[in-house]
Amino acid sequence: MNFAYRDIRHNLLRFVLTTFGLSLLLGIVIVITGVYRGLIDDALRQARAANADLWVVEAGTNGPFAEASRIPGDTRDLVARVYGVERAGAVTYQTVQTSLKGAPLRFFLIGYELGRPGGPHALSAGREIMRSHYEMVADRTAGLALGQEVPLGTHGHKFTVVGLMRNEVTSSGDAVAYITLRDAQDLQFELAPPAERREVARGGGLETTVQINAVIAKVSPYVPVSEVAAALARWKHLTTLTQAQQESLLTKDVIEKSRKQQLMILVLLVIVSAVIIALIIYTLTMDKLRSIATLKFVGAPDRTIVGMIVQQALAMGLVSFAIGLALVLGFQGHFPRRIVVLPDDVAVVFAITVAVCLAASSLGVRLALKVDPAVALSTSG
Amino acid sequence: MSEAGKKSVVRVERLSKHFGAGEARVDALRDIDMDVFPGEVVGLMGPSGSGKTTLLNCIACILEPSCGRLTLDGEVVYDERWLRADLRRLRLDKVGFIFQYPNLLPFLDATDNVAAVLHLAGFGAAAARARAIDLLNYLEVGHRRRAMPAQLSGGEAQRVAIARALANRPRIILADEPTAPLDSQRARIVMDLLRKIAIDQSAAIICVTHDEMILDRFDHIFRLRDGRLESENAGERRETVPAGP
Repeated sequence: MNFAYRDIRHNLLRFVLTTFGLSLLLGIVIVITGVYRGLIDDALRQARAANADLWVVEAGTNGPFAEASRIPGDTRDLVARVYGVERAGAVTYQTVQTSLKGAPLRFFLIGYELGRPGGPHALSAGREIMRSHYEMVADRTAGLALGQEVPLGTHGHKFTVVGLMRNEVTSSGDAVAYITLRDAQDLQFELAPPAERREVARGGGLETTVQINAVIAKVSPYVPVSEVAAALARWKHLTTLTQAQQESLLTKDVIEKSRKQQLMILVLLVIVSAVIIALIIYTLTMDKLRSIATLKFVGAPDRTIVGMIVQQALAMGLVSFAIGLALVLGFQGHFPRRIVVLPDDVAVVFAITVAVCLAASSLGVRLALKVDPAVALSTSG
Repeated sequence: MSEAGKKSVVRVERLSKHFGAGEARVDALRDIDMDVFPGEVVGLMGPSGSGKTTLLNCIACILEPSCGRLTLDGEVVYDERWLRADLRRLRLDKVGFIFQYPNLLPFLDATDNVAAVLHLAGFGAAAARARAIDLLNYLEVGHRRRAMPAQLSGGEAQRVAIARALANRPRIILADEPTAPLDSQRARIVMDLLRKIAIDQSAAIICVTHDEMILDRFDHIFRLRDGRLESENAGERRETVPAGP
């Protein structure tokens, strides 16, 4: 005869409501874990999407993600000629905001040279960019459809969406979009028509400044990356970062503050969950003091009473965890940020839930063990 | 000790209990001597604060006496100190308790409230339920075996509580004002039932009561006054004929 199960069945509505509340709380813990992982994953994806061995950026900078980097447009040719460099591509990065059907739309725009490193690596629909101008490949989170036109830049050039990607967002949640390098440079430097007229009146030129943010280099498998990096380091106007250094910059510097914030929220949520579970178990035990006293009086050993409380705490925690996880997985796609739920993290949250339930039930167990069997003799009730 | 050649089931010798020390010391029980024999229903009476519940708790091994000796079903369990470590197991095996209020576990139905005690004693689920149903039928509440405690009337709940007290066939049944929440007619029915049980199971029943209307249902009445015991004969002795479930 399982007393914990019978008590739960007797107070089913209370158990269901309490468990549902707790499942929302544990669901939030899982969401925060997923957001935390998503933050790191999104940051790394930006760097990994380029599939680079080396990043050549402006001297003395940690560009192009950690800080601004501007280098001349012909740097790619210089880098491509270095011994060991197999392929090289110039890229630009910029954040743009436009308006589509009255709603704001933000992109992290990557300009790349067609056929060279730095472009989109996996499409989930459509095709790659094939024309030199006004085509784009965007992440699905932007909510765009194939063939849709998006106005960008001060001249309102309409870019046609020709390809869609999945899970390509920045660490701040903006959708990533790719356009040609030339278009990206135009968007970055072209002036609005009134400003153009003023420049003409002033006697200035209208040529686009050919600058890029970085050069991505793929190194031959037969040449050590460090050797190529050392060769590039001889140019004093450039800084070379390996892929590992770039990833380290992204995870440890660029998103460090956000990562710490998420971690802090996670820790606080776990503490809050522990306190709430403890209070629930304590209150449920308080409600059963007379029953516990009666059980002790009729001869129930402590292990029966402890078992009842611990089993209820675990049942509540595990059912809540399962519902919370199901809710997160079910609504994952509707969350405004990318949530990455890793099996390892789920296992850790599960272990924490079990540990918290056991720790929280200790309060109730302590209370139950202190109950005097003579309470059953009291006349009230 | 024996009376008419019988061995007592409950034997209390020079049992005392005091609370506190020094000037705050309260002597709740003083040198209590008491024997209860199989098949007997004895009453424990006295004004509030006279020590009835303290004595009942000492016999139930809930409260440790200060000194004296306590023998339950032939086993000395207290002699200036507890001689058994597992007092709950002792209670489970030898003592049945009927509370003033039924104290049924609210999350178990009538059958399982009785079967729970058997389950704790190590009975299998089927055997425990079968015995529980037998007992409920014996106490004429078998038709309410699936009812939850909240669905039972006061009398029905008290019968289920009695069935629970009888579940392990205890030799000692302690009852703390079992008729207090009942009207006089139901109180007499419960007392007749206890008498039947005492005879059928050859058990000793000690019943704390304030109810003067049921005095004729006791074989002996022990009156407590300021922690001291007086004994008087009440009803006529009955023959014990074990026959119950």
